[in-house]
Amino acid sequence: MAVPAGYYLALAAALFVIGVVGVLIRRNLIVMFMCVELMLNSVNLTLVTFSRINGNLEGQVLSFFVMVVAAAEVTVGLALIVNLFRLKASTDADDVDALRA
Amino acid sequence: MTETVLFWIIAPLSLGTALSVVVLRNPVHAALMLVGNFFTIAVLYAVMEAQFLAVVQVIVYAGAIMVLFLFVIMLLGVERQLDFGERIRGQRAAAVFLGVVLLAALTVGVAGPYLGADSACPTTAEQQTEPAASPQACRGLAEANADGNVFGVGRLVFTDYVWPFEVTSVLLVIAALGAMVLGRRAEQDSDLVDVLRRERVPAGGVGDASYQAELQQSLEEDPR
Repeated sequence: MAVPAGYYLALAAALFVIGVVGVLIRRNLIVMFMCVELMLNSVNLTLVTFSRINGNLEGQVLSFFVMVVAAAEVTVGLALIVNLFRLKASTDADDVDALRA
Repeated sequence: MTETVLFWIIAPLSLGTALSVVVLRNPVHAALMLVGNFFTIAVLYAVMEAQFLAVVQVIVYAGAIMVLFLFVIMLLGVERQLDFGERIRGQRAAAVFLGVVLLAALTVGVAGPYLGADSACPTTAEQQTEPAASPQACRGLAEANADGNVFGVGRLVFTDYVWPFEVTSVLLVIAALGAMVLGRRAEQDSDLVDVLRRERVPAGGVGDASYQAELQQSLEEDPR
Protein backbone atom coordinates (compact mmCIF):
# COMPACT_ATOMS: atom_id res chain seq x y z
CA MET A 1 0.00 0.00 0.00
CA ALA A 2 1.49 3.26 -1.10
CA VAL A 3 1.41 6.55 0.79
CA PRO A 4 -1.53 8.86 0.00
CA ALA A 5 -0.36 12.05 -1.68
CA GLY A 6 -1.95 14.08 1.11
CA TYR A 7 0.70 12.88 3.57
CA TYR A 8 3.38 14.62 1.53
CA LEU A 9 1.24 17.75 1.43
CA ALA A 10 0.76 17.61 5.21
CA LEU A 11 4.51 17.19 5.69
CA ALA A 12 5.14 20.19 3.43
CA ALA A 13 2.58 22.21 5.40
CA ALA A 14 4.32 21.32 8.66
CA LEU A 15 7.73 22.32 7.24
CA PHE A 16 6.27 25.61 6.00
CA VAL A 17 4.79 26.40 9.42
CA ILE A 18 8.11 25.59 11.12
CA GLY A 19 9.74 28.09 8.76
CA VAL A 20 7.12 30.75 9.49
CA VAL A 21 7.45 30.31 13.26
CA GLY A 22 11.24 30.42 12.90
CA VAL A 23 11.12 33.75 11.08
CA LEU A 24 8.77 35.10 13.75
CA ILE A 25 10.68 34.03 16.86
CA ARG A 26 14.35 34.16 15.84
CA ARG A 27 16.19 37.47 15.79
CA ASN A 28 19.43 36.47 14.08
CA LEU A 29 19.11 37.60 10.45
CA ILE A 30 21.04 34.60 9.10
CA VAL A 31 18.82 32.10 10.90
CA MET A 32 15.72 33.98 9.77
CA PHE A 33 17.06 33.69 6.24
CA MET A 34 17.56 29.94 6.68
CA CYS A 35 13.94 29.67 7.78
CA VAL A 36 12.90 31.41 4.56
CA GLU A 37 14.82 28.71 2.67
CA LEU A 38 12.89 26.11 4.67
CA MET A 39 9.63 27.67 3.51
CA LEU A 40 10.75 27.77 -0.13
CA ASN A 41 11.68 24.10 0.09
CA SER A 42 8.35 23.08 1.54
CA VAL A 43 6.55 24.86 -1.30
CA ASN A 44 8.76 23.00 -3.76
CA LEU A 45 7.73 19.75 -2.11
CA THR A 46 4.08 20.73 -2.57
CA LEU A 47 4.67 21.52 -6.25
CA VAL A 48 6.34 18.17 -6.86
CA THR A 49 3.52 16.34 -5.08
CA PHE A 50 0.87 18.08 -7.15
CA SER A 51 2.89 17.36 -10.26
CA ARG A 52 2.58 13.69 -9.34
CA ILE A 53 -1.12 13.97 -8.53
CA ASN A 54 -1.89 15.62 -11.87
CA GLY A 55 0.35 13.30 -13.84
CA ASN A 56 2.36 16.00 -15.65
CA LEU A 57 5.78 17.52 -15.14
CA GLU A 58 4.88 21.22 -15.10
CA GLY A 59 5.00 21.35 -11.32
CA GLN A 60 8.56 20.07 -11.40
CA VAL A 61 9.54 22.74 -13.94
CA LEU A 62 8.03 25.43 -11.71
CA SER A 63 9.89 23.96 -8.76
CA PHE A 64 13.11 24.22 -10.78
CA PHE A 65 12.45 27.92 -11.38
CA VAL A 66 11.79 28.41 -7.67
CA MET A 67 15.25 26.96 -6.99
CA VAL A 68 16.84 29.45 -9.42
CA VAL A 69 15.06 32.36 -7.77
CA ALA A 70 16.10 31.07 -4.33
CA ALA A 71 19.74 30.95 -5.43
CA ALA A 72 19.57 34.56 -6.67
CA GLU A 73 17.79 35.63 -3.49
CA VAL A 74 20.44 34.03 -1.27
CA THR A 75 23.29 35.80 -3.09
CA VAL A 76 21.74 39.24 -2.71
CA GLY A 77 20.37 38.63 0.77
CA LEU A 78 23.67 37.44 2.20
CA ALA A 79 25.47 40.40 0.60
CA LEU A 80 22.96 42.68 2.34
CA ILE A 81 23.56 40.91 5.66
CA VAL A 82 27.34 41.28 5.27
CA ASN A 83 26.88 44.99 4.60
CA LEU A 84 24.61 45.38 7.61
CA PHE A 85 27.19 43.62 9.75
CA ARG A 86 29.84 46.09 8.59
CA LEU A 87 27.56 48.95 9.54
CA LYS A 88 26.21 47.66 12.88
CA ALA A 89 28.68 44.90 13.90
CA SER A 90 25.66 42.68 14.57
CA THR A 91 23.26 40.43 12.71
CA ASP A 92 20.39 41.01 15.11
CA ALA A 93 17.25 42.10 13.30
CA ASP A 94 16.33 44.40 16.19
CA ASP A 95 19.52 46.40 15.74
CA VAL A 96 18.40 47.50 12.28
CA ASP A 97 16.16 50.33 13.39
CA ALA A 98 17.44 53.31 11.41
CA LEU A 99 13.90 54.16 10.28
CA ARG A 100 12.50 54.14 13.78
CA ALA A 101 10.82 57.41 14.69
CA MET B 1 5.86 -0.78 -0.01
CA THR B 2 9.29 0.78 -0.43
CA GLU B 3 7.63 4.17 -0.62
CA THR B 4 5.76 3.65 2.65
CA VAL B 5 8.88 2.58 4.54
CA LEU B 6 10.97 5.42 3.11
CA PHE B 7 8.28 8.00 3.83
CA TRP B 8 7.88 7.01 7.47
CA ILE B 9 11.65 7.08 7.95
CA ILE B 10 12.27 10.32 6.09
CA ALA B 11 9.28 12.39 7.23
CA PRO B 12 10.17 12.40 10.97
CA LEU B 13 13.80 13.08 10.08
CA SER B 14 12.71 16.01 7.92
CA LEU B 15 10.51 17.46 10.66
CA GLY B 16 13.20 16.94 13.29
CA THR B 17 15.92 18.68 11.30
CA ALA B 18 13.55 21.55 10.45
CA LEU B 19 12.66 22.00 14.13
CA SER B 20 16.36 21.95 15.02
CA VAL B 21 16.99 24.81 12.59
CA VAL B 22 14.55 26.93 14.57
CA VAL B 23 15.50 25.72 18.06
CA LEU B 24 19.30 25.44 18.03
CA ARG B 25 21.06 28.52 19.33
CA ASN B 26 24.28 28.23 17.35
CA PRO B 27 23.80 29.35 13.70
CA VAL B 28 26.42 26.83 12.51
CA HIS B 29 24.45 23.97 14.03
CA ALA B 30 21.27 25.39 12.51
CA ALA B 31 22.93 25.52 9.10
CA LEU B 32 24.09 21.90 9.38
CA MET B 33 20.57 20.82 10.35
CA LEU B 34 19.28 22.71 7.32
CA VAL B 35 21.66 20.70 5.12
CA GLY B 36 20.18 17.54 6.64
CA ASN B 37 16.70 18.82 5.91
CA PHE B 38 17.63 19.50 2.27
CA PHE B 39 18.93 15.94 1.95
CA THR B 40 15.70 14.49 3.34
CA ILE B 41 13.70 16.56 0.87
CA ALA B 42 15.97 15.32 -1.94
CA VAL B 43 15.16 11.74 -0.90
CA LEU B 44 11.45 12.58 -0.97
CA TYR B 45 11.85 13.98 -4.51
CA ALA B 46 13.53 10.75 -5.58
CA VAL B 47 10.71 8.73 -4.01
CA MET B 48 8.17 10.85 -5.86
CA GLU B 49 9.83 10.12 -9.23
CA ALA B 50 11.36 13.59 -9.59
CA GLN B 51 14.91 12.32 -10.02
CA PHE B 52 16.16 15.47 -11.77
CA LEU B 53 14.97 17.69 -8.94
CA ALA B 54 16.46 15.33 -6.36
CA VAL B 55 19.90 15.73 -7.93
CA VAL B 56 19.48 19.49 -8.37
CA GLN B 57 18.36 19.78 -4.75
CA VAL B 58 21.56 18.16 -3.53
CA ILE B 59 23.84 20.11 -5.87
CA VAL B 60 22.24 23.55 -5.66
CA TYR B 61 20.77 23.66 -2.17
CA ALA B 62 22.88 21.33 -0.08
CA GLY B 63 25.98 22.21 -2.09
CA ALA B 64 26.04 25.79 -3.28
CA ILE B 65 23.52 27.64 -1.13
CA MET B 66 24.48 26.07 2.19
CA VAL B 67 28.18 26.61 1.53
CA LEU B 68 27.33 30.28 0.97
CA PHE B 69 25.44 30.36 4.27
CA LEU B 70 28.23 28.69 6.23
CA PHE B 71 30.79 30.93 4.54
CA VAL B 72 28.94 34.05 5.67
CA ILE B 73 28.43 32.71 9.20
CA MET B 74 32.15 31.96 9.51
CA LEU B 75 33.13 35.24 7.85
CA LEU B 76 31.07 37.32 10.24
CA GLY B 77 31.96 35.19 13.26
CA VAL B 78 28.45 35.39 14.64
CA GLU B 79 28.29 31.79 15.84
CA ARG B 80 28.53 32.85 19.48
CA GLN B 81 25.93 35.60 19.34
CA LEU B 82 22.84 34.59 21.27
CA ASP B 83 19.41 35.66 20.30
CA PHE B 84 16.11 34.28 21.65
CA GLY B 85 15.49 37.05 24.14
CA GLU B 86 11.96 38.37 23.77
CA ARG B 87 11.80 42.06 22.95
CA ILE B 88 8.02 42.10 22.77
CA ARG B 89 6.20 40.35 25.60
CA GLY B 90 4.33 37.25 24.47
CA GLN B 91 5.75 37.36 20.96
CA ARG B 92 6.92 33.77 20.98
CA ALA B 93 3.66 32.39 22.33
CA ALA B 94 1.72 34.39 19.76
CA ALA B 95 4.01 33.15 16.96
CA VAL B 96 3.56 29.50 17.97
CA PHE B 97 -0.20 29.96 18.30
CA LEU B 98 -0.48 31.54 14.84
CA GLY B 99 1.73 28.75 13.49
CA VAL B 100 -0.65 26.11 14.84
CA VAL B 101 -3.59 27.95 13.27
CA LEU B 102 -1.76 28.13 9.93
CA LEU B 103 -0.84 24.44 10.13
CA ALA B 104 -4.46 23.49 10.76
CA ALA B 105 -5.63 25.66 7.86
CA LEU B 106 -3.03 24.27 5.45
CA THR B 107 -3.61 20.66 6.47
CA VAL B 108 -7.36 20.92 6.07
CA GLY B 109 -7.31 23.16 3.00
CA VAL B 110 -4.43 21.78 0.93
CA ALA B 111 -3.73 18.27 2.16
CA GLY B 112 -7.24 17.41 3.34
CA PRO B 113 -8.79 16.27 0.05
CA TYR B 114 -5.86 13.97 -0.71
CA LEU B 115 -5.52 12.17 2.63
CA GLY B 116 -7.75 9.23 1.68
CA ALA B 117 -6.34 5.86 0.65
CA ASP B 118 -7.65 6.44 -2.91
CA SER B 119 -5.08 9.24 -3.32
CA ALA B 120 -2.14 6.86 -3.12
CA CYS B 121 0.09 7.33 -6.16
CA PRO B 122 0.86 4.39 -8.42
CA THR B 123 4.60 4.01 -8.92
CA THR B 124 6.18 3.38 -12.29
CA ALA B 125 6.81 -0.24 -11.36
CA GLU B 126 3.18 -1.02 -10.56
CA GLN B 127 1.27 0.55 -13.43
CA GLN B 128 -2.20 1.81 -12.71
CA THR B 129 -4.64 -0.68 -14.10
CA GLU B 130 -8.03 1.03 -14.07
CA PRO B 131 -8.58 4.74 -14.87
CA ALA B 132 -8.78 7.17 -11.97
CA ALA B 133 -12.06 6.59 -10.18
CA SER B 134 -12.34 9.50 -7.75
CA PRO B 135 -11.44 13.14 -8.49
CA GLN B 136 -8.84 13.01 -5.71
CA ALA B 137 -7.06 10.02 -7.20
CA CYS B 138 -3.36 10.44 -7.87
CA ARG B 139 -2.49 9.90 -11.54
CA GLY B 140 1.18 9.20 -11.02
CA LEU B 141 4.03 10.07 -13.35
CA ALA B 142 4.34 6.74 -15.18
CA GLU B 143 3.11 8.28 -18.43
CA ALA B 144 4.93 11.63 -18.12
CA ASN B 145 8.18 9.91 -17.17
CA ALA B 146 7.93 7.36 -19.97
CA ASP B 147 11.10 8.71 -21.65
CA GLY B 148 12.79 9.39 -18.33
CA ASN B 149 12.30 12.21 -15.89
CA VAL B 150 15.24 14.34 -17.07
CA PHE B 151 14.05 14.03 -20.67
CA GLY B 152 10.52 15.08 -19.72
CA VAL B 153 11.58 18.08 -17.64
CA GLY B 154 14.12 19.14 -20.26
CA ARG B 155 11.54 18.97 -23.03
CA LEU B 156 9.18 21.21 -21.06
CA VAL B 157 11.91 23.69 -20.07
CA PHE B 158 13.15 24.10 -23.63
CA THR B 159 9.77 24.24 -25.36
CA ASP B 160 6.86 25.64 -23.36
CA TYR B 161 8.97 27.34 -20.72
CA VAL B 162 11.91 28.54 -22.80
CA TRP B 163 11.07 32.22 -22.28
CA PRO B 164 10.93 32.01 -18.47
CA PHE B 165 14.13 29.98 -18.65
CA GLU B 166 15.90 32.79 -20.53
CA VAL B 167 14.55 35.33 -18.06
CA THR B 168 16.03 33.37 -15.16
CA SER B 169 19.45 33.69 -16.77
CA VAL B 170 19.03 37.48 -16.75
CA LEU B 171 17.90 37.26 -13.15
CA LEU B 172 21.02 35.33 -12.16
CA VAL B 173 23.30 37.86 -13.88
CA ILE B 174 21.51 40.71 -12.09
CA ALA B 175 21.86 38.88 -8.77
CA ALA B 176 25.58 38.37 -9.33
CA LEU B 177 26.03 42.04 -10.23
CA GLY B 178 24.00 43.10 -7.21
CA ALA B 179 26.09 40.95 -4.88
CA MET B 180 29.27 42.44 -6.37
CA VAL B 181 28.05 46.01 -5.88
CA LEU B 182 26.85 45.30 -2.34
CA GLY B 183 29.91 43.32 -1.36
CA ARG B 184 32.29 46.06 -2.43
CA ARG B 185 34.00 47.55 0.61
CA ALA B 186 32.73 51.06 1.15
CA GLU B 187 34.92 53.70 2.77
CA GLN B 188 31.95 55.97 3.24
CA ASP B 189 28.23 55.34 3.29
CA SER B 190 27.82 57.38 0.13
CA ASP B 191 29.95 54.86 -1.75
CA LEU B 192 27.07 52.42 -1.56
CA VAL B 193 24.72 54.61 -3.54
CA ASP B 194 27.10 56.63 -5.65
CA VAL B 195 29.73 54.41 -7.12
CA LEU B 196 30.10 55.80 -10.60
CA ARG B 197 30.47 59.47 -9.79
CA ARG B 198 33.55 58.90 -7.66
CA GLU B 199 35.37 57.27 -10.54
CA ARG B 200 38.17 59.59 -11.67
CA VAL B 201 37.92 60.33 -15.37
CA PRO B 202 41.12 61.70 -16.99
CA ALA B 203 40.92 64.83 -19.09
CA GLY B 204 41.68 63.13 -22.38
CA GLY B 205 39.59 60.04 -21.75
CA VAL B 206 40.94 56.64 -20.74
CA GLY B 207 43.38 56.59 -23.65
CA ASP B 208 45.10 59.75 -22.42
CA ALA B 209 48.90 59.27 -22.42
CA SER B 210 49.59 60.84 -19.02
CA TYR B 211 46.76 58.81 -17.46
CA GLN B 212 48.20 55.63 -18.93
CA ALA B 213 51.65 56.46 -17.59
CA GLU B 214 50.22 57.20 -14.16
CA LEU B 215 48.29 53.95 -14.20
CA GLN B 216 51.41 52.03 -15.14
CA GLN B 217 53.34 53.66 -12.32
CA SER B 218 50.66 52.92 -9.76
CA LEU B 219 50.57 49.31 -10.93
CA GLU B 220 54.31 48.97 -10.47
CA GLU B 221 54.13 50.44 -6.99
CA ASP B 222 51.24 48.29 -5.86
CA PRO B 223 50.70 45.25 -8.10
CA ARG B 224 47.25 44.08 -7.03
